[in-house]
Amino acid sequence: MSVERREARQPWILLSPALVAVTLLLFVPLLFIVVYSFWLRTATGADQAGFFLDNWNEALTDGFYRDILLNTLKIAAITTIVCALMGYPAAYFIARSRGNKAILLLLLMLPFWISYIIRTMSWINILGVSGAVNSILISLGIINEPIQMLYNETTVILGLVHFLLPFMILNVFVSLDGIDETLEDAAHSLGATRWQSFLEVTLPLSLPGLAAGGLLCFVLGAGTYITPLVLGGPTDAMFANLVFEAIITQLNWPLGSALSLMLLAVLGALVAIYNRYLGMAQLMKGLG
Amino acid sequence: MSSVTLTDIVKRFEAFTAVHKTSLDIPDGAFVTLLGPSGCGKTTTLRMVAGLLDPTEGEILIKGRKVNDVPIHKRNLGLVFQNYALFPHKTIAENVAFGLKYRGVAKEDARKRVQEALDLVQLPGVGDRYPKQLSGGQQQRIALARAIVIEPDVLLLDEPLSALDANLREDMRVELKRIQERIGVTTIFVTHDQSEALAMSDQIVVMSNGRVEQVGPPEQVYNTPASEFVANFLGASNILPARHVGSDGDAVLLDADTFGRVAVPAAKAPNLASEGPAKLVIRAEKLQLAPSGTPVNGELAIDATVETVDYQGQAVRYFVRAGHTQLQAINMIDERPFSEGAQVSLRLRPRDCAALPAS
Repeated sequence: MSVERREARQPWILLSPALVAVTLLLFVPLLFIVVYSFWLRTATGADQAGFFLDNWNEALTDGFYRDILLNTLKIAAITTIVCALMGYPAAYFIARSRGNKAILLLLLMLPFWISYIIRTMSWINILGVSGAVNSILISLGIINEPIQMLYNETTVILGLVHFLLPFMILNVFVSLDGIDETLEDAAHSLGATRWQSFLEVTLPLSLPGLAAGGLLCFVLGAGTYITPLVLGGPTDAMFANLVFEAIITQLNWPLGSALSLMLLAVLGALVAIYNRYLGMAQLMKGLG
Repeated sequence: MSSVTLTDIVKRFEAFTAVHKTSLDIPDGAFVTLLGPSGCGKTTTLRMVAGLLDPTEGEILIKGRKVNDVPIHKRNLGLVFQNYALFPHKTIAENVAFGLKYRGVAKEDARKRVQEALDLVQLPGVGDRYPKQLSGGQQQRIALARAIVIEPDVLLLDEPLSALDANLREDMRVELKRIQERIGVTTIFVTHDQSEALAMSDQIVVMSNGRVEQVGPPEQVYNTPASEFVANFLGASNILPARHVGSDGDAVLLDADTFGRVAVPAAKAPNLASEGPAKLVIRAEKLQLAPSGTPVNGELAIDATVETVDYQGQAVRYFVRAGHTQLQAINMIDERPFSEGAQVSLRLRPRDCAALPAS
């Protein structure tokens, strides 16, 4: 076999374990879900195989689902904006710090060593009725009765920001770290103030990282069901909670399948738009 | 009038002193080179003039105005970096116009000045392109255009040619000097490359370990090094232990190892004060190899053996041994170079030597 042919085959040999895993564990199940979404759950509780549009009809026309989808996108958008505003300065600080960059990045990764669910539940110990904040306020005599701070939209967003902020920081950091620092010096020497140099040079050059971090935060935020489950109230369900409800509680797999595909389509469209304008390469940089 | 004056500048980074007490006076319109190996403090000095670093002690004056507390964006300096530092997301025209925007220059006027600057660096037609579409040499020309379009009081060049290929570097060096002479801007140029310094400068400031070793025009620094460091850093030199034994007219007499008595012109031994230990400095290209037995013609001549031949095309570098002393000689090639092991006669004209006090 020629060297060229061997070299041409090599990527496929290296990729094959991952390709097998992705095919068996992602694409095949996804196909099942597509098929399931056209089945029908009968009154007896048994699923009837076939090609029925009832689930899709319900998912696409029922105002309840639409409202929750819009609310989910709103929560994800607010979370993304908060992450961007909080994450950018932090990423800038890490990128511009000299010797201790590695330590700061390690600290950024530290929360990942603890399960996301436990991190989410930790807010109950902080903001709960007998949590840290209430205990301190009562012991200081500022309030007499504990304040109900948990189980609303704000705490859902708080939990999501807590979960997603490192992804934002990491993406912006990668982008900022790749920008030559002398560019700001050059702008500064040409008459721009530090702030103007930042706005004219550093910010525009870091936008790809900000966009990648934003996409990641938005998609992960919009797809979450744990955070609203743990930190949200009864009216704060997000779209993934509906899927959970349909499949786990009501055992209505066909409807759950249709709903989950609906969310997948919306988020997939967002990723496609991102890819069209910014390309996936930047996102890969941020993840790696 | 001097354009830039440094008075007793010191820069310390915690315990490390990057620049020891240094004073410098740079005349208006001069091309001054800070030359030295890496870590000698030349870039630190430049960055202090630029306002990118604060001096720990001392004063910096630009055009007679103390600028220690003037932030960089108000100093009106043109800065050119080794890596060009062009803004990758802006076109060439936007890059060059950047400084004009912050000087409130009207759009029409700015466009005219950008075009003039691009003409000056001989890249008139690239305004609409982006930096990455240009070669390294072209990018550095644009960086220069961006720095001079604002009509800076001082142009600061931080190793601007180091990132370029050898051939391009020599072309750019001529080009840079031409542009500087044309606009007459006071220029401080930082480099570790002695040939750049010798070719371009009005004055060379040789630095080592945070101290100024010598300041002078290129020929003076080259021919009359003020210290052993300068003698070794610029060109190749042989430095032999010697004794200063007296003077004879306008020559000082040295008894040197290997060569015996040498009469060095007094002008080339300015720092030699009293009689006593001294050093004889012989430039490698001033030592000529001749076949043994060639008649001597008013030169010093000693016998030597060729040990190593380092062929360089137009020239050849020999390491020869005379007694215990190994000497370096760089000769233009006439016919064939001598081969290793050849017995030769080393020739030296005393007036080509210089002398230094023993350290």
